[in-house]
Amino acid sequence: MPELNLLQAITSAIREEMRLDSKVVVLGEDVGHFGGVFRATQGLQEEFGEERVFDTPLSETGIIGTAIGMAIYGLKPVPEIQFADFIYPAFDQIVNELSKMRYRSAGCITCPMVIRTPFGGGIRGGHYHSQSPEAYFAHTAGVKVVIPSNPYDAKGLLTASLRDDNPVLFMEPKRLYRASRGEVPDKSYTIDLGTAATVRKGTDITVISYGAMVPLAIRAAEQAENEYGLSMEIIDLRTLIPYDVETVIHSVCKTGRAIVVHEAPKTCGFGAELAATISEKALVHLEAPVYRVTGFDTPFPYSHENHYLPTTGRIIQAAQNSLSF
Amino acid sequence: MLQVLNAEGLVQNGQSVPDLEPKEILELYRLMLLNRRIDERMIKLQRQGRIAFYVASIGEEASIIGSAAALEKTDWIVPCYRELGAALLRGFTLQEFCNQLFGNNQDTFKGRQMPNHYALPHLHYASVSSPVGTQIPHATGLALGAKLTGEKDISLVYFGDGSTSTGEFHAAANFAGSLNAPVIFLCRNNQWAISVPVDRQTANPSLASKAAAYGFEGVRVDGNDALAVYNATRDAAEYARQGNGPVFIEAYTYRLTGHSTSDDPRSYRDEEEVRLWEDRDPLKRLRLYLMSESHWNEKEDRALETEIKDAILSAIREAEAHGPPSIDTIFTDVFDEQPWNLREQQAELERSLDTMTIEQEA
Repeated sequence: MPELNLLQAITSAIREEMRLDSKVVVLGEDVGHFGGVFRATQGLQEEFGEERVFDTPLSETGIIGTAIGMAIYGLKPVPEIQFADFIYPAFDQIVNELSKMRYRSAGCITCPMVIRTPFGGGIRGGHYHSQSPEAYFAHTAGVKVVIPSNPYDAKGLLTASLRDDNPVLFMEPKRLYRASRGEVPDKSYTIDLGTAATVRKGTDITVISYGAMVPLAIRAAEQAENEYGLSMEIIDLRTLIPYDVETVIHSVCKTGRAIVVHEAPKTCGFGAELAATISEKALVHLEAPVYRVTGFDTPFPYSHENHYLPTTGRIIQAAQNSLSF
Repeated sequence: MLQVLNAEGLVQNGQSVPDLEPKEILELYRLMLLNRRIDERMIKLQRQGRIAFYVASIGEEASIIGSAAALEKTDWIVPCYRELGAALLRGFTLQEFCNQLFGNNQDTFKGRQMPNHYALPHLHYASVSSPVGTQIPHATGLALGAKLTGEKDISLVYFGDGSTSTGEFHAAANFAGSLNAPVIFLCRNNQWAISVPVDRQTANPSLASKAAAYGFEGVRVDGNDALAVYNATRDAAEYARQGNGPVFIEAYTYRLTGHSTSDDPRSYRDEEEVRLWEDRDPLKRLRLYLMSESHWNEKEDRALETEIKDAILSAIREAEAHGPPSIDTIFTDVFDEQPWNLREQQAELERSLDTMTIEQEA
């Protein structure tokens, strides 16, 4: 089995699906001959031609709005938004049009498409190349939100997203694009949306995370085990909407403690949703409050991004707070 | 400005009437009259509190029905919210429309949207939403979809003068020009975006000239002249279908009533201006033309009026007789399958309704 990085796994997923399904069409800024600013679509125009992989004018509203029309026509568009930080001009198209189309037409019109966008910090990108805006979309009825944390999952989740009959926002942790490597089968395979992965078994505390925070949480767990004898269970959500509530609650009932880790700001972040749901469904099993280790409620800073982003130290501190509560 | 008929319904010198059978032009007239009488009746219904809201197209029927009639049935119509006439032309029935207005249990759209918001993909008529301009890029996408799959379909998108100020208009026109998409941008310049006149939307006195900025043709047509609108749209459709790219049509018209039933235009515009445009009524103009050509007479007109009135009243009666959709329609069609949180929320609502029923019975 070849070893790929996360970016190559994404390209592989799109390529395989384009070979199988002639309706899949890639569009966006720089995605054609250039292959995308991160090279996620490299080689696709060469293989599938300019009709199926094409550059658009520079407008996120136009990219998503056009993709909606293409989806209504029966194609399966895969628009790329170059950075999640640039998605806001398309916010109205995603929130008011794309995600409501099935509901408002009572199922007469569906708009299956996969919006791919790199997100998150750790690349010295400052305000406008580092944001994690997943909560805005998780709050919107009608769009699924999927976030992989490793190459194998990236291909399986993206293939499942491409075969899903709903709009999917596929957020790619760009910090892991080249940093995360692993074995990825050549052929297509899917990982069901809405299923989390327990990536590390543990007994003392449950850490729930997604994207680039998953490998960080794993490092924190290893350190906590070695230094403090702490046993952390780590859940990689993989899909935020709809998320795998059973796996989360089952784990929290077992450990009695939970920490949520994400890069996005704390207030109204996805961790708040998880904390509320855990309190509704597992309060009597909890030994301590649900702690959140997140970015701060500030714009994303440049020079101090390493202090803004969660660290192994903050995760371990949260675990100790929970245990000493 | 392209014009075939003058205000008295006479063919202008040197202008050609569309290559249509008299019965086809009569059908345009019938649809325009139907649209007008539906609008008038529904405004009354709203005033009586029987429906919550209504958006009429009084005064703009020619720009809507004249253009839709020039398309092939498989061409996509992408509506704003004022294009009932185009929907009727495609086969949306009066009964379906009334059910939607009442949001009853017969409503195809399950009572989810306020009046005038429907979606008819089986008729290649896309979904209505309230925000203006958002639908314009969808038309570019539909046209591109046809182009990429080698089909001959084109799309036509309706929007108002106000929408030309939106980013979506710019993006959609620019994408269509750049990607050579077969789309017709049909701007109903009815001169008012609620209370804001068109000269506050743009300093450019010609909306049609905006097309030049995107590298394609724009034409201005008398939007109250159904035959001129038909001709302009037919030419644009042929041009786009042959792979020449998009066309912008500015249909110069006037909104004779309020923006919606929530609006009172008397507070922001001159009654004299309204009277001027009443004299240019598109319905009257087409009727005079048909009568002058001896295709239609007063007696037939009275009979059609009666037939339309009866059909409208009957559809309203039927729609009003049905209750609201079942409560589960709140929770379906968000996704193809209902996720756990929606199942939980539906159960929660059902339990609370059961409790209320028990309390009321007690």
